[in-house]
Amino acid sequence: MHELSLCESVLQVLEQQAQVENYQIVTAVYLEIGALSGVDPDAMRFCFDSVVQGSLAENARLEIIQIPGQAWCSACKDNVLVEQLYDLCPRCGTYPLQINNGDQMRIKQLEVA
Amino acid sequence: MCGVCGCGDGHQHSPKHSHILGLSPTRMVKIEQDIFAKNNHYAAENRRYFAERQMLVLNLVSSPGSGKTTLLTETIEQLKADTEMAVIEGDQQTSRDAERIRATGVPALQINTGKGCHLEAQRIGQALDTVQPKAQSVLFIENVGNLVCPSGFDLGEAHKVVILSVTEGEDKPIKYPDMFHAASLMLLNKIDLLPYLDFDVEQCLAYAKQVNPNIEVIQLSAKSGEGLEQWQAWIKAQLALQA
Repeated sequence: MHELSLCESVLQVLEQQAQVENYQIVTAVYLEIGALSGVDPDAMRFCFDSVVQGSLAENARLEIIQIPGQAWCSACKDNVLVEQLYDLCPRCGTYPLQINNGDQMRIKQLEVA
Repeated sequence: MCGVCGCGDGHQHSPKHSHILGLSPTRMVKIEQDIFAKNNHYAAENRRYFAERQMLVLNLVSSPGSGKTTLLTETIEQLKADTEMAVIEGDQQTSRDAERIRATGVPALQINTGKGCHLEAQRIGQALDTVQPKAQSVLFIENVGNLVCPSGFDLGEAHKVVILSVTEGEDKPIKYPDMFHAASLMLLNKIDLLPYLDFDVEQCLAYAKQVNPNIEVIQLSAKSGEGLEQWQAWIKAQLALQA
């Protein structure tokens, strides 16, 4: 449950960028959260609302863009979709798989005024 | 220009769509910033500090009660004749673990995370000023006992080492995959208890490899001493790589 400190990091980025990008309030935050990032979108929403209270992003909408997990299967020599870090290859049923997408968590863009 | 709709002068607004003082139109700003960026920035600074001093830094992670501190005190006792070491201890409260480490004669600093569930790179950077680790030394960072949160926070370490004790159940690697995915080495601890348990070692190792094909495994017991030589050899080989 480190979603709270992640939301605090998001807020810090919003505050830093306010001067760079010259905005006073943030009306929406677009977050990319990978299925394999270990972050729970619902917990993120819950923490976000409490963290932004009284800040420049109070009442901001949190838009979460979920990125599916992807891994390279060395047996199939192809990228396959996975839902968990421990998934077997959905095509050939073996592992190892090397995760190459869906483990990220990043602020994509902001709607500001 | 109208601050609400962006239209030019000379038009009529409905009462609802009037000029509101201080309200300007919204716009989109591309950020493309990793949420861990701040932590990663401090982690990179720590990594540079460690590299300059040719230090080996290991981030020890596990659930509470895996035997991390006992394993660490045993490891220190056996390495201290020819290896410089220091320890940073992370716990929510108390300095009990740091006191246990200091009893071995090795410097240890306790960080209490309070409500925090993991150590962050900035706290480690601040701790370095106090610990003043020596060049070519080994720094053990004993993270908060938690198999979830510390996995996402890089501290600048060379490796995360995950400690799993055989009293915990062989399916921990797939129950807490993030941590086993992030670790370079798994220490399977308390193997002296295997005769009394139904723990399936082969299945546990298979689960660990399933989550992380590259993970190395050492089976040991801090109590009986079995496997400790292999663990010390691993530490020394990694330390030699930092030079």
